[in-house]
Amino acid sequence: MSQHLDIQQGDEQNDENRPYALRLFVAGASINSLRAVNNLKEICEIYLDGNYVLEIIDVYQQKSLAERENIIALPLLIKSFPLPERRMVGDMSDTRKVLKGLGLSI
Amino acid sequence: MSLEPSGNTNLTARSLPKSHTGITGLDEITEGGLPKDRPTLICGAAGSGKTLFSIEFIVHGALKYNEPGVFMAFEEKAEELAMNVASLGYDLEKLQNDKLIKLDHVHIERSEIEETGEYDLDGLFIRLGHAIDSIGAKRVVLDTIENLFSGLNNQGIIRAELRRLFGWLKSKKVTTIITGEKGDGTLTRHGLEEYVSDCVILLDHRVSNKISTRLLRIVKYRGSVHGTNEYPFLIDEDGISVLPVTSLTLHHDVSSERVSSGISGLDKMLSGKGFFKGSSILVSGTAGTGKTSIAGCFANEVCRKGGRCIYFAFEESPKQIVRNMSSINIDLQKHVDDGHLKFHASRPTLNGLEMHLVAIHKMVKQIKPNAVILDPITNLITVGSVSEVKSLLIRLIDFLQAEQITVMFTALTLNDNVTGQTDESISSLVDAWLLVRDIEFNGERNRGLYVMKSRGMKHSNQIREFVISDNGLDMVDVYLGPDGVLTGSAREAQQLQEKTGVVIKDHAVSMKDREIERKRMVLEAKIGSLKEEFESFQEDLNRSYVEDELRKSVLEKNRTELTQKRDGKE
Repeated sequence: MSQHLDIQQGDEQNDENRPYALRLFVAGASINSLRAVNNLKEICEIYLDGNYVLEIIDVYQQKSLAERENIIALPLLIKSFPLPERRMVGDMSDTRKVLKGLGLSI
Repeated sequence: MSLEPSGNTNLTARSLPKSHTGITGLDEITEGGLPKDRPTLICGAAGSGKTLFSIEFIVHGALKYNEPGVFMAFEEKAEELAMNVASLGYDLEKLQNDKLIKLDHVHIERSEIEETGEYDLDGLFIRLGHAIDSIGAKRVVLDTIENLFSGLNNQGIIRAELRRLFGWLKSKKVTTIITGEKGDGTLTRHGLEEYVSDCVILLDHRVSNKISTRLLRIVKYRGSVHGTNEYPFLIDEDGISVLPVTSLTLHHDVSSERVSSGISGLDKMLSGKGFFKGSSILVSGTAGTGKTSIAGCFANEVCRKGGRCIYFAFEESPKQIVRNMSSINIDLQKHVDDGHLKFHASRPTLNGLEMHLVAIHKMVKQIKPNAVILDPITNLITVGSVSEVKSLLIRLIDFLQAEQITVMFTALTLNDNVTGQTDESISSLVDAWLLVRDIEFNGERNRGLYVMKSRGMKHSNQIREFVISDNGLDMVDVYLGPDGVLTGSAREAQQLQEKTGVVIKDHAVSMKDREIERKRMVLEAKIGSLKEEFESFQEDLNRSYVEDELRKSVLEKNRTELTQKRDGKE
């Protein structure tokens, strides 16, 4: 299955307000994958206030990505903006850790 | 299934299929290699050669057995790995381009990863599966998968996933090597042996007495017979070589062919022909008795006859030996240049005893010499105990005799004990034992050579003086004088004395001859004068006799005349 959700919220943003760039790698429709997608979307809606770009990639569909992105554990979330780049694995059920990874503190 | 014990052919048909490693010696110990399509665990401490072992497995598979392989490195980067094995002559870059191997570096850093709940290692599965499918790999190496444990927190997940991984690899029909760092009291730090139950190989790097020996042991090999000993192995410019060096059979062929020792006098002591081909010869003696010279002379002789010889020098450098031998008119450089003579010089402390044996094995297999010289074996004691050295030499002699190679050892004896054993107590193992001994007499030391034993031939029981001169080595009969054995200048003095004696005797004889001549002349002179005397006497006697006759006849005539006159015939 393929899932490409490019959600772009807001219009012209200046550099400081550029949206969060997030990529979520999942393995097909496994339980963890589905959970991760749902959890992440929820977190993003609540804490990022819609200011993010989320790309969901099924590694099964693009196997060579696994090597290129150095993927071992899945699901994997890579935050490439703002810097520094952070990697999070798991089903994103630990909201505090996800937020820490996103660089947000509550 | 039949219960009759007839099915030998069945057994082989059912026996475990194996995958050749291509590593010298290992395929012999494992009788064919690693279990095909199954995972094998290679464990050992840091620096024991696990990565090299596995990379050889992959490279040999790709080059020799047409089995492409995936190397997944959790520790080293692909470029580092390629550089590390470039010294062995493996061009991983090219092999990758030829799609024979695939390197994949997996980088996991705990600090870079936040764990936010349940996860699995599907990423690794997909990645590995993709790598396998992209080149049609038959072999896989995971080096060292244990790094997952340090990169990720959730041990429970990793364990479950590893179990799944090995099952999956089996179903993928790939022969896999998993490497693991040795733990405390366990084979691996994280208990990988729990998941890999088919074959476990332990690599060890032991340092005793500051000398390291690499050892390999097959801990477990399910469904196959295998050697159970610890086998020493060597990592050199050709990679890993393991050698099963524990055979202790006595089934080797013998030869009655003879090889000259290069010293004619010594050959004469050995019933005129020299040593048996393929026999072992021990030359022992105290320091400076010329053991190396005998060995050099033998090497020279072997090479001169067109044979090949390997000279393992444990004390001197090849150049030193060549120079020293040239001082006694033996040109070894010539043989080195034309490839007949090969030196291998190393300090015994370079590596452990077993490694020396492995090195010797390797060179002998490679060069196939007619003779091997070890000079001296005494120094090996510094790296092992006496019993270890003895066991090494037994195995070495066995190996060389099986190959019909004549071997000469030199050994330093510390005490001047003629009848005793050598320090390595190998005199009972060797076929011929020459003892060079200092004979101290008359304020100088000279060399005496004994043939202590020489199996299977009539050998001289006499001590010969062993002379090293500018022209080479030779044996001189010692002088057995009234005061015992004379050697060196005492012998020469004695010889001179004898020569003087002869001259004097000659002189005396000629004096006597002349005396006799003179006596004879005197006698003859005397005889002459007596003869003269006799003749003059005889003449005297003759004259008076004639006078008497004359007078008698005159008287007779006168008387007849007188008678006639008286009768009156006038």
